[in-house]
Amino acid sequence: MLAYTGRILHINLSTGKVETEPLKEEWAKEYIGGIGLGIRLLMKYSKPDTDPFSPDNPLIFVTGPLTGTMGPTAGNGYAVVSKSPSTGGVAESKAHGFFGPELKRAGYDAVIFTGKSEKLVYAWIDDDSVHLLDAQQLQGKSPYETDEAIREELGDHYIRVSAIGEAGEKLVRFAAIINDEFRAIGRTGMGAVMGSKNLKAVAVRGTKDVNVADLEGFKEFIKMIHEHMKGPATRKYRTLGTPENVLVLNALAALPTRNFTQATFEGAEKVSGEYLNERYVKKIIGCATCAMRCDHIAVVPEGPYKGSMSRMEFECLWALGPNCGVDRLDAIIEAMRLCNYYGIDGISAGVTVGFGMDLYKNGILSKENTGEMDLNFGNHEALIETIKKIGTRDGWLGNVLAEGTKRAAEKIGKGAEKYANHIKGLELPGYDIRGLKTAALGFAVSFRGACHLRSGAYSPDVKGKVNRFIIEKGRGKIIMENEDQYNVIDSLILCKFSRGTYYDGLDDMANYYTLATGIKVTAEDLRKAGERINNLARLFNIREGVGTREFDTLPHKIMTVPIPDEGPAKGAVVNKEEFELGLDDYYAVRGWTRNGVPTVEKLNELGLGEFAEITKKKGEK
Amino acid sequence: MAKLHDRKFVSADPEKCVGCCICEYVCSMVKEKTFNPTKSRIRVIRIGPLINLAVACRLCEDPPCVAACPRDALAQEEESGIIIVDEDKCNGCGWCIEACDYGAIMLHPETKVVYVCDTCKELDKPQCVEWCPEEAIDFVTADVLAQKSRRTAVKKLFQTSVEKTAE
Repeated sequence: MLAYTGRILHINLSTGKVETEPLKEEWAKEYIGGIGLGIRLLMKYSKPDTDPFSPDNPLIFVTGPLTGTMGPTAGNGYAVVSKSPSTGGVAESKAHGFFGPELKRAGYDAVIFTGKSEKLVYAWIDDDSVHLLDAQQLQGKSPYETDEAIREELGDHYIRVSAIGEAGEKLVRFAAIINDEFRAIGRTGMGAVMGSKNLKAVAVRGTKDVNVADLEGFKEFIKMIHEHMKGPATRKYRTLGTPENVLVLNALAALPTRNFTQATFEGAEKVSGEYLNERYVKKIIGCATCAMRCDHIAVVPEGPYKGSMSRMEFECLWALGPNCGVDRLDAIIEAMRLCNYYGIDGISAGVTVGFGMDLYKNGILSKENTGEMDLNFGNHEALIETIKKIGTRDGWLGNVLAEGTKRAAEKIGKGAEKYANHIKGLELPGYDIRGLKTAALGFAVSFRGACHLRSGAYSPDVKGKVNRFIIEKGRGKIIMENEDQYNVIDSLILCKFSRGTYYDGLDDMANYYTLATGIKVTAEDLRKAGERINNLARLFNIREGVGTREFDTLPHKIMTVPIPDEGPAKGAVVNKEEFELGLDDYYAVRGWTRNGVPTVEKLNELGLGEFAEITKKKGEK
Repeated sequence: MAKLHDRKFVSADPEKCVGCCICEYVCSMVKEKTFNPTKSRIRVIRIGPLINLAVACRLCEDPPCVAACPRDALAQEEESGIIIVDEDKCNGCGWCIEACDYGAIMLHPETKVVYVCDTCKELDKPQCVEWCPEEAIDFVTADVLAQKSRRTAVKKLFQTSVEKTAE
């Protein structure tokens, strides 16, 4: 079992106890690593109905089999898995950069934090030596300030740090964990779980070798992927970057604008990838071992936000821009910088501010609520101000919005839930799914809530491979196949930007895995692992009471308010009938009951028979 | 005797280097048959997102590392200019490390003697140069580096004057 380290580290923050256990070889094979192994460990080490902020909720940092090798993108990733304070279900998020390989070289496939420290601490993992050090002087510091301060304190520039900001400390429900300045474990609120444990950061120095089974074969494989990375599959990421999507989606009338009030944005040109690159992008840099480079570092050259710097990608640009009606890139860059500064997920932050603006427009929030601020769509100063309030939980508005759209709507009442654009408590990404209906179904059934990266189900819609304005039989299969493959990608922790460079898909990935680990797997083995991981995640959600059909829903606007814009998508809305048909279709291909629960036969087929009890207890009404 | 400017060394272009560290991984793969940047002969420094550069031995004329060694464990090979470490003589005292202005000579974590870029002399060219996806690393002589800088400077100069004329 090469490439794996074969060790899992347990750190109990209440007692300070540190121990290691061996990684079971069959788990390596069945769950790969990354989110798959993470979810398997979560299943083992969490008790049902644990509050996400309880000391008993495990926070699991996990590397992948390829982490620490020279393998492009998979070589530099890590994942964090836990129970989500946003959704109450399974939480997982990945980040690349330089932290993951360091953790691997320190000698761990996973690090599991449980308990809660009395005071704010950071974990210092120096190969085999593990210490909890005082972090009270780091309180309120941004992830990057924390990173710098810790490297200074420990006296080694090459130490890698993954940290939370003030938002994580203050339990903002969509707080992120950030490494390498702006590489985020962004979604599902992992920063808040870390904050609930009084764990400010994880600092790592790893000096051990990472060896692969077939070095020559591995080298040849990497050469091939490097070549592919120079080709068309990565063109978008290397040139304009994902902000290219702004004009593409706008032309399809699929660019949600003003909290899904419209699907086109009159200011799209001014926030486009073209405009961003021409005026703001200063340099494009890359993660460890990646031949692609995609990090578009934008710097504001003039005006009120002069000097503001952030990496920019489509989703956050959309959430903080068009979704809030803001057409100024300088303000969007500053808003993104603030998200990184406080350590919050830019997607959920933007969607939550947009939700607040919608409530303000519709008279549900007043100036009394906003502290005399004009929380109008398009007011860039209000956007900046509100993000500061959320990041620091400042005042009534900051506190209520820091709960995310779902809980904020419950607190505000007065019909606010009609404007809350989330699924299972996780805010929607930047696709108007009223006119991208495979995506609508895919987002609804995703185990971590509204997410474009659990199945990439927007892709067949955007590329015109299906009629995007209807849900029909067959969409379930498209989504399932994508989900299973994406589970493999997230367990190998391949960067999804590089997914196109595996020209032979799962066959390439199986080859990659086998060359590194020496464990022989086929594409079918991997596919099945992907299916197993999806079912296991579903089981976790069922166990926690959020995993059945009634939770596979879409936001109110998506189901009731047709797209008003003139153009190709006018009148598009997801109706109940087609949506229910879509769910039936998806559950059927998954081998689940009509209530969305895996059958005992399916569980046995996937080697998950031991969990059948969960489906009996909680799966049926 | 070889002319000094015939000596080629590994040099990264700050305009092109993106800090991806592939050079470090390649170096450990070629030299140590493993993946481990802490055993690489070229190291990358990233200071914030905009400042990235890989650094390796520049084969100085009259190298201070050689001069600093109290045990005569280091010598500069005349033809190539690379620094040869006599591993039996070196005791890892670190005088050479302190003497090097570039941090290019380092203490090996396992052998506990110093090690430094040898430009992959047993291969046809340094493998970091071969693998760098940004083509940011060159195997060049000081003369060629100077030429490159001159050309860049002159181009910039004329670009500015062309732009001024256009205004």
